Amino acid sequence: MQTQEVFSSKLQAEIRELMAVYPKPKSAILMALHRIQEELGWVPEPAQAQVAEIFSMPAEDVKSLVTFYYMYHRKPMGRYVLKVCKSISCYLCGSEPIIEHLEKKLAVKMGETTQDGVFSLVGSECLAACTGAPCLQVNDRFVENLSAVKVDELLERLRRGDSAYPAANTSWQPQE
Amino acid sequence: MPHAKEKRVLFGWRDIQGIGSLERYRKEGGYATWLRLMKDKQPAEVTELTKASGLRGRGGAGFPTGLKWSFVPNNLGKPKYLCVNCDESEPGTCKDREIVEHLPHQLLEGIGIACYAVGIQKAFIYIRGEMLEGYLSLKKAIEEAYAAGLFGKNIDGTGFELDIVLHRGAGAYICGEESALLSSLEGERGFPRLKPPFPAVSGLYACPTVINNVETLATLPVIFRMGVEEYAKLGTDKSKGTRMVSLSGHVNQPGNFEIELGKVTFKQLIEDFGGGVRGGKACKAIIPGGASAPWLVPAEHYDVTLDFEAIAAAKSMAGSGAIIVMDEDTCVVGATLNLVEFFHEESCGKCSPCREGTQWLVQILHRIVHGHGKPEDLDLLDSVCESMLGKTFCPLGDSATVPVSSSMRYFRDEYEYLIKEKHSKVGPGSKKAAVV
Repeated sequence: MQTQEVFSSKLQAEIRELMAVYPKPKSAILMALHRIQEELGWVPEPAQAQVAEIFSMPAEDVKSLVTFYYMYHRKPMGRYVLKVCKSISCYLCGSEPIIEHLEKKLAVKMGETTQDGVFSLVGSECLAACTGAPCLQVNDRFVENLSAVKVDELLERLRRGDSAYPAANTSWQPQE
Repeated sequence: MPHAKEKRVLFGWRDIQGIGSLERYRKEGGYATWLRLMKDKQPAEVTELTKASGLRGRGGAGFPTGLKWSFVPNNLGKPKYLCVNCDESEPGTCKDREIVEHLPHQLLEGIGIACYAVGIQKAFIYIRGEMLEGYLSLKKAIEEAYAAGLFGKNIDGTGFELDIVLHRGAGAYICGEESALLSSLEGERGFPRLKPPFPAVSGLYACPTVINNVETLATLPVIFRMGVEEYAKLGTDKSKGTRMVSLSGHVNQPGNFEIELGKVTFKQLIEDFGGGVRGGKACKAIIPGGASAPWLVPAEHYDVTLDFEAIAAAKSMAGSGAIIVMDEDTCVVGATLNLVEFFHEESCGKCSPCREGTQWLVQILHRIVHGHGKPEDLDLLDSVCESMLGKTFCPLGDSATVPVSSSMRYFRDEYEYLIKEKHSKVGPGSKKAAVV
């Protein structure tokens, strides 16, 4: 069976360069999956198959990595992934009400994406911003010392587009 | 601005505008210490001096750094590697992130010193995937340093060669455990490995490997700049120097503070550095070294000093330096559930006592918190902890039992009250009160 070409030949070349950086090429796979996610917005199965071919490993092994490491998305996400920290310092400083507020405001539950495809709301374990609790990340960029007002302002800013928080690529959709 | 009572050594240059750039870092005298060491000292001397400085690992275990380096054999005929552990994920800890975001060159210079001492020509920085901003800061710093000839072949005419590879993790607390970090860096799931063999002998790609924490390495340039003897005068006899502490939770001014080891008590840290407990409340409990450290209580431990030995004598651990404060309104069972949920979520699944045990702890605590607890649940919690402690593959499973056993040691009455009355002793959902 021919593997479907999901990501660009430019990215394929880049991945091969990454492989050459390490004494053993397989070490480059987490970095390669990050780059794929940057290009596609998530890591769909055809992309896993394509990366498996580049690394000469079974696609199942790639899947076992994509499922083990939380950061890889296995479904399409919104342009802004809001990742809210749930761990102890944020919890003590009110992460639960912040999550409830976000769920209400965006009309989604944790793990879901808004219908317009702008926001995905996900939870996270400790993000290492404990002195700025409660915190969240917008596409891996920190927003600290959250309050309901600050969350509202952030959502407004992101809806208008904000260069401090680049939107994710969400271009790739499975072919019919 | 530094807090008036901080002892800034590692963070001496933290607030210099633009210190993240190579130009500014070198203008302050950065990289000169490492380059001078390579000309003036033999590698073995650098290791001996590091031993003499008393520097101990700042990642959690507190192992003497120079001693760790000395375990690496020179005669195996294999390449040697340094892995920089920047997988900072221990709940409450956020000092390494501040270092990589603000002082990337100081870390790189520290890496240079360590690699010169051990004779390592390739270093890997394993940075948490979530630290995108830290990654970008380090990436820029590495590019600048390469362009200036500070890395690569024949550095500054010394003949010494060193390459640095910046590597992103992808979300897994377990990868902060050193052997799991190696598995992950080899492109596998982050599963911990059996020891022995220890990484010093058989680590990355089965080659001799040193794994050091970010703060540990970033301290090295400062130690050699100020002089080993001067540095060793700081702190206590066994806990020398300074360290970063991340103060978080219910305090007025949370923050990363650099303190001299053994010279500050928990009371001073919370009241002087942290501006006291939020809302003028009383402190109820303190987690002194990240989520894995047994809790302390102010009545018994407020005057304990922050150093490895004093905290160990209080039957806890200094760990990663994360100090989490809970005020009197905190439902300790709710907080315990939150901590155990973390370990459950992050259990790698390799061994059953941890995989299953964390699941059981979450289930039992969950029903107690939600008013469905049974009187026999307390014994059940004890027995689950007992079946995990010392029986899991790596320390994660042990850590998961710690919040349960230590909160039950000091607050058993709150557990009993919650089970009997179906609601928390401190009122309905203390956490809700936190919304601002």
